[in-house]
Amino acid sequence: MNTLTLNINNQDYSFDDLDPRTTILDLCRQHLQITGPKKGCDHGQCGACTILINGERINSCLTLAVMHDGDEITTIEGIGMPESLSALQQAFKDHDAFQCGYCTPGQICSATALIEEVKQNWPSYVTTDLKNPNGLLVQEIAERMSGNICRCSAYPNIVDAISQVLESEVSNKRASSSEETTTGSLQDSAVTGIWSPPPSQSQLGNQSVNHNKAASSTAGGRS
Amino acid sequence: MKRFEYIRALEPQQAVMFATPKEASFIAGGTNLLDLMKFEIETPTKLVDVTRLELEQIEDTADGGLRIGTLVSNSDLAAHPSVIANYPVLSRAILAGATGQLRNKATTGGNFLQRTRCYYFYHTDSPCNKREPGTGCPAINGENRPLAILGTSDACIAQHPSDMAVAMRLLDATIETAKTDGSTRQIPIKDFYCLPKDTPHIENVLESGELITHVVLPAPIKGIHTYDKVRDRASYAFALVSCAAVIDADDNGNLTTVRLAFGGIGTQPWRNEDVEDLLTDTQGDDDTIKQAADLLLKDAKGSGQNDFKIPLTRRLLKQVIKRALAGEGA
Repeated sequence: MNTLTLNINNQDYSFDDLDPRTTILDLCRQHLQITGPKKGCDHGQCGACTILINGERINSCLTLAVMHDGDEITTIEGIGMPESLSALQQAFKDHDAFQCGYCTPGQICSATALIEEVKQNWPSYVTTDLKNPNGLLVQEIAERMSGNICRCSAYPNIVDAISQVLESEVSNKRASSSEETTTGSLQDSAVTGIWSPPPSQSQLGNQSVNHNKAASSTAGGRS
Repeated sequence: MKRFEYIRALEPQQAVMFATPKEASFIAGGTNLLDLMKFEIETPTKLVDVTRLELEQIEDTADGGLRIGTLVSNSDLAAHPSVIANYPVLSRAILAGATGQLRNKATTGGNFLQRTRCYYFYHTDSPCNKREPGTGCPAINGENRPLAILGTSDACIAQHPSDMAVAMRLLDATIETAKTDGSTRQIPIKDFYCLPKDTPHIENVLESGELITHVVLPAPIKGIHTYDKVRDRASYAFALVSCAAVIDADDNGNLTTVRLAFGGIGTQPWRNEDVEDLLTDTQGDDDTIKQAADLLLKDAKGSGQNDFKIPLTRRLLKQVIKRALAGEGA
């Protein structure tokens, strides 16, 4: 008999002789009635099934449960419940960052991991200087969230909600750390990297005052 | 999804031993394989899970390069300080592909092996020489907007989808493997992929049960590193045309280093060293760039909807060279 052990939302589960075809998405929804992760496309294209495995965001529809023996899984239920909303969940409410709500659990799981990625200084495709990404820019948030589709097109409000939490989390991090977090560990190099311009504000269709301020602060930073 | 036997390997030699019969498949990130298994385009009878192998390190090599374990995720590779500092073309190419979620799962070795996104390959009701050899290619006279213009054959015009592999081709990466007989080998990336010819189902030189274990990059190349990707939407779409470039010029404006590799236009990551030689030691004037584009696209063949890729590649090549000569990024 093969036994699979998973920790889901801080609770241990074991499964005997699970069909190896079972994805974590189907395991949560059909075996455990953990229905926060949603099945949209079932092919990694929409992001509605996004969950965290050991803190990293992934598409649970493209993940076989048997391959994650011993791993820690977090779904939206583990991020916060109605009586204990996370800062992102509250921000999504405050900014009206959804209409039908079907994509929202995936959006919030994805954004939860995005904040950690920004704190770790991960660059993105629209980052001008790979060594000093500014994850607070609206175009950075849009790019980093491109794996989560919203058919109601609540994107401007989703970006606003994430932006609010990101700014407060990153400024907390800067306040609590006396070290410069960006270039210190990177050696000087004869190699340089650039990229063609990120999408314009009009392409992104999102022009609140704060965003314009953020975007203009790096204008001309490309070369 | 068809039933399969699942087995977890704990070391590479065990993995290649497990990977029999021929219908067995390795699985790591699984982001493309599971997608294809759900459509029953891939139907392995056995899945050998290699994610527990100790192949997640990025190490410096004696000659100044990097040796990357096959299980390093696309996210970790793109964000690695040595890659950002010395191989930014690779970071940029990886970040141009897929999404945050997919890059967290997708692995270095697996990225090389992803299959084409040709509509007909994915549509199991349709004939496809790559999926079912000998059944024909409806793409050649069909919906071929995303498909290849170089390296094609009468049997197949499917484009190679990877961004990462385009940068790896430019950087002259070497792919290290373990084979079922216990031996290992080093495959230069220029010899790794196969042109479709009349066997489009054979995409690379890996033998049955052969496992990619590492990817080795030679010492860094000085210059401006860029990756431009033209596509139908700003993010999360495959390339129509992409260009990885490392370009350097001296104080007189002479191009001293020109390396170019292209995605979206070839049946494999596309590089033509003659084009690089033609541009090297010139000032990158309009005439020379035109000659370089002529040479690059000499054998290009549009199939109707994708004819636009020929002029688009010309314009992108010119943009990449001119921008580097203007010193942007330096």
